[in-house]
Amino acid sequence: MFDLLKKLAEARGVSGNEDEVRQLIIEVVTPLVDEVTVDRMGSVIAYKKGTRSNKKVMLCAHMDEVGFIITRIDDNGMLKFATVGSIDPRILPSKKVRIGDKAIPGVLGIKAIHLQEPAERERAVKVDQMYIDIGAKNKEEAEKLVKPGDYAVFDSECIYFGDNKVKSKALDDRVGCLTLIEVLKDRYPFDLYACFTVQEEVGLRGAKVAGYSIQPDMALVVEGTTCSDVPGVDPHKYSTRMGEGPAISIADLASYSNKKLVSFLIQCAKNAKIPFQIKESISGGNDAGEIQRARGGTMTAVVSVPCRYIHSPSSVADLNDIDNTIKLVQEFLKGCEAL
Amino acid sequence: MRELVKKLTSIYGPAGNEELVSQAIREEIESYVDEIEVDVMGNLIAHKKGSGNGKRIMLAAHMDQIGFMVTHIDDKGFLRFSNLGGISVANSINRRVIFESGLAGVIGYETEIDSWKDITLSKMYIDIGVSSKEEAEKLVKIGDVAVYHPLFSESNGKYISGAMDDRAGCALLVQTIKNIGSTPNDLYFVFTVQEELGLRGARTAAYALEPDIGIAVDVTATGDTPKCRPMAVSLGKGPAIKIKDASVLAHPLVKELMISTAEKHNIPYQLEILEYGGTDSGAIHLSRGGVPSGVLSIPCRYIHSDSETIDASDLDNGVKLLTKILEEDINI
Repeated sequence: MFDLLKKLAEARGVSGNEDEVRQLIIEVVTPLVDEVTVDRMGSVIAYKKGTRSNKKVMLCAHMDEVGFIITRIDDNGMLKFATVGSIDPRILPSKKVRIGDKAIPGVLGIKAIHLQEPAERERAVKVDQMYIDIGAKNKEEAEKLVKPGDYAVFDSECIYFGDNKVKSKALDDRVGCLTLIEVLKDRYPFDLYACFTVQEEVGLRGAKVAGYSIQPDMALVVEGTTCSDVPGVDPHKYSTRMGEGPAISIADLASYSNKKLVSFLIQCAKNAKIPFQIKESISGGNDAGEIQRARGGTMTAVVSVPCRYIHSPSSVADLNDIDNTIKLVQEFLKGCEAL
Repeated sequence: MRELVKKLTSIYGPAGNEELVSQAIREEIESYVDEIEVDVMGNLIAHKKGSGNGKRIMLAAHMDQIGFMVTHIDDKGFLRFSNLGGISVANSINRRVIFESGLAGVIGYETEIDSWKDITLSKMYIDIGVSSKEEAEKLVKIGDVAVYHPLFSESNGKYISGAMDDRAGCALLVQTIKNIGSTPNDLYFVFTVQEELGLRGARTAAYALEPDIGIAVDVTATGDTPKCRPMAVSLGKGPAIKIKDASVLAHPLVKELMISTAEKHNIPYQLEILEYGGTDSGAIHLSRGGVPSGVLSIPCRYIHSDSETIDASDLDNGVKLLTKILEEDINI
């Protein structure tokens, strides 16, 4: 499981530029399913025909990740950029990135602290104060390697560490992609559509059209979600706790989970003795928001793997949580047809 | 009408948890309509068939009210919460709330602050009178939702209660269903869910129903209190015909239909421009290829508090106006 997670998490796939992770997913799921299609937005839809019922169940994980887009090349060869998706600019200085199809290495730079005005030091760093340094001597040299519009992605190795933990970029939502791949190994009575969506981080865009075209009877979204169980945070702001199992969402800013699906997920977890938690915040949103509101409405629910330092090159998840998330989704699929 | 408003405002129904309101409305209207169903989102859809080749009209009033969702139970049994919809700090300090079970609580805040301005919802909690997490967990769980404690009052022709937004609109639709005589129009009365979370129920219902015309009925703000934000709407001057809000520009033909019907039948009305906020027509008018839509508003003071105040005559005139509009042979 770790090897596949590593491949998925290290594949590049900033929103709108998911080619590399898409190719990997297509390669991995093709032997497992009856049909793989890429829709017009670029989402991968893996279809596995049911053994008897014509009910449609949609599973959804987004394959895009947050990152950067190059906006301009300065005369000195430094690259100006904008963020794609929500990234806290304060985490950026000195981080490594890879730019464009050729994966040109770069470093996010900022003026040194001793050169900053006192007022600058007081303020949180902003994206427009930073640049990407690719070691080019001037604009002409830089233009041979990159061009405005190229995407940049965090350059971060996926490693196993500590007590069964994993550190990587893009755990949000390659942990979901991994879960979908694992459950595609089984066949179910109903038609299963596993959707690996694009552009979630810039506004749930892939899911909007996938939800419309698939028209499922129900949908389960598998996510990586915030986990703030760290020093200095009041426990009521933790959102989720690492190692305590998949987090089931009651509601967030994008969707209110269907109550039947939530009760069923809880029942599945209890029956199979899978640890779980109810997500203790309603901030954020994910693909369920658009799927729930597609056409005349769809039953949706969300299960998430807690991820610390989400949207950074060093997000951290617990492999037990990932394993239990896969188990919970498997249990859900065994019985959801009756709902 | 008073009893209907009192009944509907007293029912527990925060966004995402509209089942009890839906049941009560269903009991009120079932014998007056041809078909009634609940869709996958929870919208209650009542169909009253038209007698001729009239328009297919979707009416919408939202059943949900704003609420407080429990997100954490601390060791002493205090409940931390997030807002479901537009809950403000000022309207919530030391207010009483109630859960579906009937459990009551008080909203307190961390008093270790320098200024009132420092209070945010994350520094507030619900006190349900217990002294430990174990006790609290017997009564509530994460994800449960509380609402402002309903208390209906009447004062000089005004109705005062929490959840007037939008049970007043629901009451208006219920009474219209009961009043309406023969009409050429095919009417779909939709009591929507999750309006307060982003017009969600109306969006899916409008898609499924494909109406020719959409009319939402909801409360709107007023500009008739001391030193308030200017707005040309007052309590008691009639239902308001919306020109615009942040979610929709009323379709001119729907707006004209509403105005001309009011004038023809001498029903008082006012025109409304709401600079902020939105309502179900915001979702309905953008459904599929577009739906000409308008809004009939009930002027309301102190919106999103536990003391939302409307004028009884505005509600009565709203019923009259909507009934007449729906009985018209409409050429749009």
